[in-house]
Order: sequence, then structure tokens, then C-alpha cells
Amino acid sequence: MKNVQFMEIEGRSFGYLALLGILGAIILVALGAWYVMEHHGHYVTGMNNAVVWGTPHIFAIFLIVAASGALNVASISSVFNKTAYKPLARLSGLLAIALLAGGLMILVLDLGRPDRLIIAMTYYNFKSIFAWNIILYNGFFVIVAVYLWMMMQQSMNKYSKPVGVAAFLWRLILTTGTGSIFGFLVARQGYDAAIMAPLFIAMSFSFGLAIFLLVLMAAYKWTGRPLGDALFRRLKNLLGVFVAGVLYFVLAYHLTNLYATEHHGIEAFILRDGGIYPQLFWIGQIVIGSLLPLLLFYHPSTGKNRTLVGLGALLVIIGGFIQLYVLIIGGQAYPLEIFPGKEVIESSFFDGQVAHYAPSIWEVLLGLGGMAVALIMVALAVKILRFMPTSLADEDVDPHHSA
Amino acid sequence: MTDKTYNADLSRRHFFGKAAAAAGMAVAPGVFLRQVHARPADQAATSEQRWGILIDTDKCAKGCDSCVTACMDENGWGRADASEDKSGPHQKAQWIRKVTIKDKQTGHVQSLPLMCQHCENPPCVDVCPTGASMKRADGIVLVDKHICIGCRYCMMACPYKARSFVHEDLEDQKVVAPRGKGTVESCTMCVHRVDENGTPACVEACNADNHNAMYFGDLKDPNSEISRQLKQYGGKELRADLGLNTGVRYRGL
Ligand code: SF4
Ligand code: SF4
Repeated sequence: MKNVQFMEIEGRSFGYLALLGILGAIILVALGAWYVMEHHGHYVTGMNNAVVWGTPHIFAIFLIVAASGALNVASISSVFNKTAYKPLARLSGLLAIALLAGGLMILVLDLGRPDRLIIAMTYYNFKSIFAWNIILYNGFFVIVAVYLWMMMQQSMNKYSKPVGVAAFLWRLILTTGTGSIFGFLVARQGYDAAIMAPLFIAMSFSFGLAIFLLVLMAAYKWTGRPLGDALFRRLKNLLGVFVAGVLYFVLAYHLTNLYATEHHGIEAFILRDGGIYPQLFWIGQIVIGSLLPLLLFYHPSTGKNRTLVGLGALLVIIGGFIQLYVLIIGGQAYPLEIFPGKEVIESSFFDGQVAHYAPSIWEVLLGLGGMAVALIMVALAVKILRFMPTSLADEDVDPHHSA
Repeated sequence: MTDKTYNADLSRRHFFGKAAAAAGMAVAPGVFLRQVHARPADQAATSEQRWGILIDTDKCAKGCDSCVTACMDENGWGRADASEDKSGPHQKAQWIRKVTIKDKQTGHVQSLPLMCQHCENPPCVDVCPTGASMKRADGIVLVDKHICIGCRYCMMACPYKARSFVHEDLEDQKVVAPRGKGTVESCTMCVHRVDENGTPACVEACNADNHNAMYFGDLKDPNSEISRQLKQYGGKELRADLGLNTGVRYRGL
């Protein structure tokens, strides 16, 4: 790495202020939506007593998973000593913190009693994975903040490697914890699987890097700073590997489920009979979210076109949302098997029937607000502190680059 | 720290109402001896009892929902709570419900009530981040409405869809069963009655209707009616494969 210069962005342009304005407006609208939900109660949302986690959870879990993945780039530079990624490490840490904050905001505001946050922080049931996660999330903030400090203060640079290793291990545990929220639910046919943890880790790699790539492209384009082709290609190829990784775990998950007879019901539901869910699975998750991006990334002609690669990253994000929708909503919509071997012919609580769920506008707005919170944090931070190198041109970042 | 524990205790005590009454209330001589240890009003529930309900599906009448109505009236949910009118049918509380099932192989049709099974190893309690979901020493599983943050993780974890989330503001709560917007609730086995040596409202209503399909009692007392019935005729757990050792058992399934 040559002399990489980090510099705040100027942040006085019309475009920048417009960006802040738009994000701020989205956040205000989201808070309004939250107020409506809070004031009236959750009957205004799409949730009910069968589908208890709705759209806010999809946004929140997406952001939390992506937060852990956004740290990848920093981890690769510190833990695996890849110098080419070093200039990106600060931005990667920043994005990780911002995405997690956005995700947690949604989660908290979607609680039935958000006013009792203090109870969530002071009463712990240590058998609950949720309770561990509260600790893991808070720890992540602290450890990544320290990591950024080690990287940004010259005299502390020597510690950035051990702290980076700690952050890397922490994030693996964190995503394992997030995946285990589902993996430990014995009652639900769609969730009870140990593979949830590695699947979530693969998802975090993929979603996090896709967001990172888009933020990087936007930030460098809008500030007029150079972003080298070689670096861009590396990131793109890495994202392709991650997308393929998710596909592999999804395949493994469904194949193991198909092997076990007790899971045939949920498999048929998600893959074939479940109406909207198979459509979302095959078209949204598999084609739009996995195959199309892979094609865009690796096809010799489209892989060189930044716009198309950016589109591919966007599709990964959309596909990721759809994947979580299928997993979270589909898993709840599938009826609980309370009477094996029997068929429910009458029930005042819709037993044995596919649960109904339709996202409400309030839920979607709250979710978008969380994303806006993450992005505004990044936009403000890069103006205040030195997160972004002035140049990411290949000759400035890669000592072995020959151009 | 002490402060917190104190508050928790206080709210729990407040919530669970008064404790067991006089020893003389006992019905059988065997029970009488045990009841000598009945707890004074300010003592916590003990593990000397494990309360349970046995449901005889052969006696449970199709189309009858006396137990459901009685539970609504006793605890103030469903049609007994007119203020809960904005929630849709999928959103309304369901502490107990009637289900009719048909055996896929034989075509045999049965009707039965389904409510919180008061698991000995309750997944809802395991996953609850704050400890609001909890099991009393005597096996009754409850939600402390003062600690519940409304995360609904317990609802995800319960294999029987036994829990409800309160979707809106409520009025005129029953003193014995406080409910609250944004928190989760479920069958309490009429803990306020049990603590006064009473019987859950559903069981009482079933007997009053002469269906006698429900037995309530102490599973740890070999002389209780429920224990004798279970010993003689057996009783199944729903989803026994999950190993939850439920306090509610079904005969004839
Ligand atoms: S039936 Fe459900 S709510 Fe009741 S104790 Fe078991 S897991 Fe908890
Ligand atoms: S909704 Fe309440 S009782 Fe249920 S897990 Fe969350 S805090 Fe515990």
C-alpha cells in the first residue's frame, strides 16, 4: 500500500444536502409510522397471532445480518493481511456499525412495548438466545468502534490487527446467534435446523458486501474520487463467491429437509404448493437474487460494466430481502403440526390452515426508516471523520498493480 | 440489584393474587394430610404440587364450547371484552379454543379444547429474553405483564399456538386477569382460582354442563382424581416427541 490519504468529504454540495434531506425525510415518515403503530396498537400492522414477526423483522434481520457482513472487508485486510483491502477497512467498519444501528432501531420500535427497552437491558434470561444477542449486538458496537479507533489513530495502528481478529470472531458469533434465533425453534418445521447458523453467516457475507459495494460506488462517484478497476473487480468477484456460497447452503438446507420425511410438508409448501412463497422462492430468491447476479458478475461482457455489476449487487440485496421473507413469513405461515396424523377440520383459531399475512404500509415505512438511519449515519460520519481515502485508484492502493 | 429483585417479587405477588386457603378445604383424607403444608397467603407457590388438566376427548362434546365461554367470562377476553373490536379474527386473543380433528387413517372425528399446555420444559420460557415468561414452582406457566416487552419470541417458540398478543387498547380489565396492549398472554390455568383452592373456569363449566370431560388437579398427588385417572386410563401429550412433559393431557386421542 502506497501512501493512502484519508480525507473527510466536503459535504457542502447540493447533492450531499439533498441526500441528507431525503434520508431525513424517510426517517421522519418512519417515526410517524411508528407513532401510528404505537398509538393504535399492532392491529394496524399486518401481523397477527399466527404470523407474529412481520415485515419489520425482515428489514431488521436483513440489516443486522448485513452489518456483520459489511465488516468483512475490514476483516480481510486485518485478519488475512490483504493489503489491497486496507484502504477500505475504515468504511467497512463504519458501515457495519451503521447497519446494525438501523436494524436494531427497527427491532426495538416494533416491540409491543418499546417503552420497556430499559427492561430488555436489565432483565436477562440467559437461556434465551435473544438475550445473548442483546449482549452480542452491544458488544459489536463497542468492539468495532475500538477497531476503528485503532485504525484511525496513527499511534494505535499496531493494535488494529488483534482488535480486528477479535472483531472478526465476534461477528461470526453474532451471526451464529442471529441464525440460531430460528435454528432453535423446535416447534416450527421450517426453522428447526442447525444449518441455520452457517446459512446466516453466508448470507451476511453476501448481503453485507453487496451493500458495501453499492455504498462505495455511490460515495466515490458522488465525491468525484477515483475508484480503480482492479479493486472493483476484486470486490465483485468476492461478492460472486459469497452469492454462490449462499446458494450452496440453501441447496444443502432443502436437500436435507427433503431427505427427512417429517419435513416434506414444509418443503412442498415452500418449493411447490405454498402459493406466493414458491413464487418468491424461485423467482425472487433463486433467479433474481442469485442466478442473475452471478451471471452479471461473471459474464465476460457484463462483468466489466460497473453499472451492470452495481445492478447485480442491487439484485443480491433484493433477493436477500425476498429470501428472508420466504424464511420468516413462509416459516410462520405454514401451519403448526399439533396433531400428527390427524387433520384439523374445524378450529376457531385457523389451526391446520396456512396463516394469512399481508405487509402493511406502516411496517414497510418503519423498515425503510431503519435503512435510512444506517445510510444517514454513513453520510454524516464520512463528512466528520476520515473514513474515505482520497483515491482508490489502482496505482494508489495496490503495490503489485501493473497498469 | 436488590431493588430489582424486590420489585419483581412484588409485581409477581400482586399479579398472582392471594395464595391457598385453609387446610380444611381438602376433599379427601389423603389430600388432607398433604394440605397441612398448604402455604400461607404471602408465600410463593411450591414444587410440592404440579397442577394439571386431563381432557377426555371421548366425553368432549362436538359443538360445545362451554369451556371457551367460561374462560372468556372469567378472564375478560374475546367476546367478554367488547373493547377489543378493532383486531381482526386472526389478531384477537385465543386463550382456549375448540378444535375438531379427524384421523387421516381411520376417519375418526374428535373434538377437544386446546390451550396453553403448561409444559414442564416450556420453550416459551426458554426463549423469553427478559424472563417475563416463567413457570411457577407448581408448574403453571405465566407471563409477567410488567416485564414483557412484546417481542413475541415466545409465540414463535410455542408449539401449540397457545399465546396471543394484545393488539389494541383495552378497557374494563378483570382484576384477576390484567391484560395489556403490546404484551403477550395465554391461559393461566386460572391461577387466581387455583391459589384459593379453586378449579379453573373451563373445568368447572365442563362439569356444570355434565360433560365431565375435564379433570383438574395435582399431578404429584397420587390420590388426586387426575392422578388416578391418568394412572388407570393413561393420557397423551400433544407433540410428545418434543419432550415438553405437558401439564395438560388428553385421553382418547
Ligand atoms: S404450551 Fe406454549 S405457552 Fe404454554 S407452556 Fe408450553 S410453550 Fe409455553
Ligand atoms: S413477548 Fe413478552 S413474554 Fe414473550 S418472549 Fe417476549 S418478553 Fe417474553
